Amino acid sequence: MMGFYFSRLVEIYPFFLKGLWMTSKIAFISLVSCTLIGFLLGIFRSSNSIVLKRIVGVYVAFVRGTPFVVQIFIIFFILPEWGLQLDAFPAALLAMAIMGSAFICEIVAGGIHSIHKGQWEAATASGLNLVQQLRLVIVPQAMKVILPPLVGQYVLLIKDTSVVSVIGVMELTRVGWVTVVRIPEGLMVFSLVGVLYFSISYPLILLSNYLERKMAV
Amino acid sequence: MLVDFNFRIIFEYLPLFLTGLKSTFLISVVSIILALITGIIACACRISGIKTIKYPAIAYIEIIRSTPLLVQIYFLYFGLPTLGLRVPEIQTGILALMLNSGAYIAEIIRAGINSVDEGQLEAGTSSGLNYFQRMRFIILPQALGVTIPPLLGQNIVLVKDSALLSLISVMELTRCGQTMTSERFMPSEAFFTVAFFYMCIYFCLKAVADWSQRKLIFREAY
Repeated sequence: MMGFYFSRLVEIYPFFLKGLWMTSKIAFISLVSCTLIGFLLGIFRSSNSIVLKRIVGVYVAFVRGTPFVVQIFIIFFILPEWGLQLDAFPAALLAMAIMGSAFICEIVAGGIHSIHKGQWEAATASGLNLVQQLRLVIVPQAMKVILPPLVGQYVLLIKDTSVVSVIGVMELTRVGWVTVVRIPEGLMVFSLVGVLYFSISYPLILLSNYLERKMAV
Repeated sequence: MLVDFNFRIIFEYLPLFLTGLKSTFLISVVSIILALITGIIACACRISGIKTIKYPAIAYIEIIRSTPLLVQIYFLYFGLPTLGLRVPEIQTGILALMLNSGAYIAEIIRAGINSVDEGQLEAGTSSGLNYFQRMRFIILPQALGVTIPPLLGQNIVLVKDSALLSLISVMELTRCGQTMTSERFMPSEAFFTVAFFYMCIYFCLKAVADWSQRKLIFREAY
């Protein structure tokens, strides 16, 4: 019986590749947008303006304090009530961007905080404006602290894309879920799904380990 | 937007949410305890010199860390019955949370042990302590301080992860929100209430985590 199901599974492998492609697409788009928004928010969070700090703080607390599934449900079920109807795919991207940017924001803020105050003063004394100070002096140094946890966070984000399957985005986990209904071999189907996730995230885990060793101070 | 937010319906469903909260709490506590045990065992295997237990531990940790929790939950949920094991959903869920968090806890403990300076070990050896004595009197007391804050952080993650059990129809907090949505079709009342309860848990746990971090830094300074 197992062999029969295995051959069925081999038959429908393009279905899994499609899921893998969808997962990579969601992961890639959301990683890029999370990084951009996260850096921006992280800089806001470590700025001197109390109002800005508080707003970002509340945002981060809300996102970190609730499970990602609940956030997806809020975006997918509640935004339509307020007149913003989103399809599953954009809703998934939006949820990922909100969730990921809050986590990356904390990492970036931590990195910027780790820079000695004298660096800021030296940059100001050299006549650089705020953007130049950040771009030329602070962020390049903070990168050393930011990079290892950032790559670690990327791995977590890629894994979190599996949760968007709950609103019906046809990505890898959803493909597994749909397949297991027809091919009742849970171990086999989800091993395959697991192997495909492994193939995306394991290289990043290795990169994260490498960066951690290399950047250790 | 929030003008027609119906508080009455929330009060009507409050008993349901409270049972959900209780169930989330119980699932989390049981999973945390089991995950801690799993993590300690996995870490002990991981750092031991015996290859037959070291490599399986590495495989376990790396596989868990590089696949999503949801896939692990589905793997057990759909997979255990094919092995002939009929397990209630809640136990499947706890098993998945335990295995998942156990791998992360093993890595946290290992990082703590690695953070102890090599010289400490050598000093222990030259004082004539054997392996277990070195672990007991030198490594673990020092590793504990480094380990506790990330362990508390992992607890926060585990509580949030337990929301995924709603997808295999375990009646916990998120599932209560889904139930209320399907019965009354009031998603904003349902999910904002759920989010509120999770926030309460999060702030309590975070206060503990921050407190422990301050305490430990304080101790380190002396």
